[in-house]
Amino acid sequence: MRLPERTVMRSPWLLGPLGIAVVLLAWSLISLSGAVDPLFLPSPPAVLQAAGDQFRGGILLADAIASIRRVFLGFALSAALALPLGIAMGSNTLICRLLEPLLGLIRYMPAPAFIPLLIIYFGLGELPKVLLIFIGTFFFNTLMIMDAVKFVPRELLETALTLGGRKLPILTRVVAPYIAPQVIDAYRINMASAWNLVIVAELVAANEGLGKRISLAQRFLRTDEIFVGLIVIGLIGLLIDLGFRAVLRRSCRWAS
Amino acid sequence: MHLSVSGVSKTFGDGRHAKLVLDDINLSIDSGEFVALVGSSGSGKSTVMRLIAGLERPSTGVIAMDGKPVRGPGSDRGMVFQKYSLYPWMTAAQNVAFGMSLQGLPRALVRERTAYFLEVVGLQNDSRRLPKELSGGMQQRVAIARALAADPKVVLLDEPFGALDLQIRETMQEFLYELWQRSGITALLITHDLEEALLLAQRVHIMAPSPGRIVRTVEADLDRSNLAHLRMSPPFLELREELVNSLRNLDAAAS
Repeated sequence: MRLPERTVMRSPWLLGPLGIAVVLLAWSLISLSGAVDPLFLPSPPAVLQAAGDQFRGGILLADAIASIRRVFLGFALSAALALPLGIAMGSNTLICRLLEPLLGLIRYMPAPAFIPLLIIYFGLGELPKVLLIFIGTFFFNTLMIMDAVKFVPRELLETALTLGGRKLPILTRVVAPYIAPQVIDAYRINMASAWNLVIVAELVAANEGLGKRISLAQRFLRTDEIFVGLIVIGLIGLLIDLGFRAVLRRSCRWAS
Repeated sequence: MHLSVSGVSKTFGDGRHAKLVLDDINLSIDSGEFVALVGSSGSGKSTVMRLIAGLERPSTGVIAMDGKPVRGPGSDRGMVFQKYSLYPWMTAAQNVAFGMSLQGLPRALVRERTAYFLEVVGLQNDSRRLPKELSGGMQQRVAIARALAADPKVVLLDEPFGALDLQIRETMQEFLYELWQRSGITALLITHDLEEALLLAQRVHIMAPSPGRIVRTVEADLDRSNLAHLRMSPPFLELREELVNSLRNLDAAAS
């Protein structure tokens, strides 16, 4: 099928909402037709109703805050440590040779597989959940930053050297600004896994959180509440993603 | 200022993979001179420049600035690369100021010198533009201004106009020559373009490949009062043709 090109050309931003609208429409039609048991596929109004109930009761907000807090703590720790380590690995061959195989190996260990260990070590509190997010994102963040550093054009570094630059100023004034867009983008991409992992952690053990709410809803066969959880998780993730994009656009005008 | 390259050779790799890329290079440059190094690709001319800049070390021989051996890069030897050397997140003015600010010059002085050198290269009205908003020729002028602003004793130009269109290239050659005349800089130009070298430099070293070596040195004593005219003048064309032929013979012998 081809959309009338003129309309598309004039307002290409319409295409995104259009895609979402198509899915919503299909969902409504299927649930209206009664072809699927509402127990498996709740209708859009039922999901909206469930969302309203959870919002009024304050549960939705409390859950969202609990999940967001874990993600931010774990990810902030990961981002803050990955930046210096990634730069060190990208700019120093010895450090790179020493650590790259190790990090490359750990990266392929699925983070959820660390949950049993984390529970044994740290119990069921907040710490193991935050650490899970750290483990699941730190190695990717570090390796992506390392790669960004390795691809800083040689001319830029050598020019700084011939202008009288020394090692540390070159790192902070040439390497750091050059890789900034890639670092922000790496954070944006890995934030998505942080968001996945918090839900996994909460499915296993938590008192509150969006993942916890979903697993409780499953126990009571409340598919409408599961839908609410999924949609809210998706929306928050999308907002974070858009936030990173906005930061990137604003701070790195030169890179676009 | 006296820069000397004496008996320099350079080997890349070691053992069975060792390759001699430069063999017994000797040359020198004094204050205010404009010297060019011409050769086809593979003649090692860029390696000579990188050795002088201190970005690489010679395998044998000595490179010295005013008698002191070169041990690494330094702001006394400024460099202009062929392309992609402007910092893309800095405006033209910030690029020009960068070397001075790395050297810790006072801000007021940096600002004053930045404005001055932007004017020298004719970009005073483009100081706030990013490199991507400048044409190729303008970008190279910023790179030259940046190198000069750091106050080097000699400017090393590595194919500075190699990535530019022919017409802009000729304008830039005239610009560089005027700049050299006006400001009394000392310049070493690397180029594969014999015409460019003869047009601008008082002394031209011609290099041949495998291994890279200087095969001829020409004192190009020409009347440069009008470069556009000089390009077409019979003595210039004769000299150029003679050198082109000798270069061709060397390349044929090497391949």
